[in-house]
Parts: sequence; C-alpha cells; structure tokens
Amino acid sequence: MHRTLMTLLIALFMALAAPAMAPQALASDVLMMATTTSTDNTGLLDELAPAFKAETGIELRWTAVGTGKALAMGTNCDVDVLLVHAPASEMKLVNAGQAIDRTQLMYNDFIIIGPASDPAGIKGMNNAGEALKKIAAAKAVFASRGDNSGTNKKEISLWKNADMVVPDKEPWYVQTGQGMIATIRVAEEKNGYTMTDRGTYIKYESTAKGAPALGIVVEGDKVLFNQYSAMAVNPAKCPNVKYDLAKTFIDWMASKATQKRIGGFRLLGKQLFTPNAGK
Amino acid sequence: MDYILDGLMRAFGLLLSGNPETWSAVRVTVMASSLSVGCSVILGAPMGFMLGAARFPGRKAARIGVDTLLSLPTVVIGLLVYAFLTRRGPLGELDLLFSIPGMAIGQTILGLPIVVALTASAVEAQDRRLSTTLRTLGASRGQILATTLYEARLSLLTAAVAAYGRIVSEVGISMMVGGNIKWHTRTITTAIALETGKGQFAQGIALGLVLMILATAVNLTLAVLRRRQP
Repeated sequence: MHRTLMTLLIALFMALAAPAMAPQALASDVLMMATTTSTDNTGLLDELAPAFKAETGIELRWTAVGTGKALAMGTNCDVDVLLVHAPASEMKLVNAGQAIDRTQLMYNDFIIIGPASDPAGIKGMNNAGEALKKIAAAKAVFASRGDNSGTNKKEISLWKNADMVVPDKEPWYVQTGQGMIATIRVAEEKNGYTMTDRGTYIKYESTAKGAPALGIVVEGDKVLFNQYSAMAVNPAKCPNVKYDLAKTFIDWMASKATQKRIGGFRLLGKQLFTPNAGK
Repeated sequence: MDYILDGLMRAFGLLLSGNPETWSAVRVTVMASSLSVGCSVILGAPMGFMLGAARFPGRKAARIGVDTLLSLPTVVIGLLVYAFLTRRGPLGELDLLFSIPGMAIGQTILGLPIVVALTASAVEAQDRRLSTTLRTLGASRGQILATTLYEARLSLLTAAVAAYGRIVSEVGISMMVGGNIKWHTRTITTAIALETGKGQFAQGIALGLVLMILATAVNLTLAVLRRRQP
C-alpha cells in the first residue's frame, strides 16, 4: 500500500520539478535589465513594463540591485540594458567601451529628511553642504546607504563638495548597507537625518499614510539633481546580449509617448519623475 | 506590533483571494525547492551511505568536512554559484543565471551536506549484521546500497525534511542567483525580503505565514507516509 503512495509522491514531485527544467519559451523576446532599487520601489517599472510589452511584444525583466552591482552585471554581460542614476560611474563604463547608447531619460531630485525635532537646526536650508556641516557639528545621527549605490555616490559627493571628509568612523554616521526605504527606517528609529531621492520619499510618505516621522528639511540645492539614464551593454564586448531589444527599449523610453507617461506617473497625487530625454 | 496581527490576517486573504503575486511566489518556491531537495537526496543518499558504511583512510576528516559544510552561509553559496554561472564565468554559456534551475543548483549545494551527514549517521547506526546477511544472500554492491538505504528510510525521510526546511527558508542563494525577478524567480522568501525592505512589514509577515502553511502541507503528507510504515 505504501509503495503506491511512494510512487505517487515521486510522480508528484517530478511533475512539480519538471516545468522548471523546460527551456524558456520565446527566449528571444525577453529583455534583461539591471536597475536600481529606487527605480523599482517606486512602482514606475511595474507600470511601464506592460505598456512596453503591448507596444513592442518584448517582455522586460529586471533585477533591482544597487547601482554598483547593476554596473558590475553590465560589465559581466549578465544583462542586456541598464537603467541607473550615477552619471560619473556611467561615463566610466561608456569610456571603457562597456556600455553604449547612453540616453538620459528622467530626473528627480535628492532631499535631506529629518525628524521634527531637528537636532542640527537645518530645516528650511537650501544649501546641502552647509546643512551637512551643521549635522556634523551637532553630531546628529545621519543614516547613509553605505552600499555604493547611485544615491550613496551622490551623498559621498555632497560631503566632498562641502570640503569635508566622509565621516566614515564617526558613531553618528550610520552606514546601513541596505536599500533606501530600509535606510530611511533606520534614520526614523534613531531620530536622525538621511538623504533620499524624492521618489522614494513620496513612496515612504504614502506607506506612512501621510504622517511620516521624517519630513523634508533641505531641498532645492542644484547639487541635489538626480539624473536617470539608460544604456545598452556593448555587443562588441558581450556577444550574447540582445542589443536590438535593448535599443528598442531605450528608444521607447525616450519616445514622446513614454516620456509623457513617465511625467504622468503619480503617487499620493504627487509627480515622481520629470522626463528629460533629448533635453 | 499591529503589523504582526495585520500580517496574520492578511495571509489567508492572500491565499484564498488567489492573489497572483503571492501564488507566483508559491509556484517558484515549490518548483525550485522540489528540484533541489530531489537532487540533494538522490546525490546525497549514496554519498552518505559511502561515508557511513565504507571504511577508507581519511574517513574521519571527510566526516568533519561534511559537518563543517553545514555552516556554509547561503549568501556565500550564492556568490560562489554566481561566479560560475555569470556570463564571464566557466558555465556562462548555459544561461542559468536568473533562472529556477540556477537557483536549484545553489540550493542543492545547501542541502547536500545535510542529507549526507544525516544519512551517514543513520547508516552507521544500523545493525552491522545487515550487510553481512545481504552478502550471504548473494546481493550485489548496488543491491546492498539500495537495501541499506531502504532499511534506513525513516532517517532518509528526516534528512529530506531537514534539507527541505533549510532550502525553502533561504534567501541568499535565490537573491544572488535568481535575481528576485517578479513572476519568474521571486520566491516567497525573496518577496519577504523585498516587502520588508519597502517597509511593508505586514505583507512580510503574511508571506511568512504562507510559507509556513506550505511547509505544514508538505510535512503532513510526509507524516502520513511515515504512519503507513510497518
């Protein structure tokens, strides 16, 4: 009797495992993208991907990792196209011939957020460097991504632009090594400041049901500009990449219709990204 | 605190309402874990038998080695497998990165030491007269292997259950090798990591409960099997 059960169980297990071994259908219509956690977490890609599939027949798949890892994946030929926001690092890849067709697509800005108690007294300032100096002087908790992401690179550049050394070993400088929302949560727990892109902040606001513990304290400084660009992995360096599909995607993202869609993307009634392809 | 209760209530809602993202994560988890537990047992049982029954120089060292592999962190396994499966790596041509079979390879590496160690212990604990009796009955080496493992089947089941538990709850390998791609390689555990990272704690708890329900179903089935043993 239990022999039949064993056979049935083994048959069931094989039935469950077998589909996983089947070769992926229509592999040529799949475009693999590495992007950042900030692009993914806002939900923009979830909205654009179905439209892209409907209009071009290409299925967009993406893995959301830190910018550093996304660029490494591009160098390793593991993905076909990149969508990141670290212009200096992007240019390094382009100059090395690793990525081509770099196209700027949209921007938002970074903001510094902090608790209502504002221990460093920086609320309302519009100079990011001066604000960081005051945070350091007050030894107020500042949460950093600490993960080589586009946001992290921007934050490091703010310290350097203010002629300061990155406070790597200071006890009030908390390097979480995690994504943006996780880092915001750490800042919240420790009643401290952090620098975030506006898109993620709006998402954080919406999950806090409009009453977030951390509010915007510094915004509007030109150095806080946050440019998103897409680039295709160079087929000359990576013969396996689907360059045609990548080019179609980049052109589609820069097209008038999609740019309008990007500008129309709202969360809590607020615009997240400003399209700026070709500008 | 409220997110724990919120999560508990959400879990049933997610499953019963047929929430597509949840069921997709369940599907990916079931496919990947079935593949890897199966491979772990098929490869690990004979290896465990050899470790437990055979006498060879360096056997003690091998046993220590296997036991040490039980402590391999999943992220490290993920990194190692990624190094092999990446385009620029030795197995890059196989296109296994960001796929379920790729994840299963990593998870098999995770489960193999568990199955080997537990099978070796089970075989060691068996009555020494079994193999002698089998040989007097004219059994071949293959038959001795099969019969010994059959006699130790309850321990093998325990080994499979232990491997399943470790495999189904891991995040590191699925994240690194699978890429947490929605609808394709997002398992229940990587979905929990994502939701928690987004600050959606209640959703994380809900998915955790979904995983436990799945594990309960699996273990209930195995318990029924066990009861039918003479």
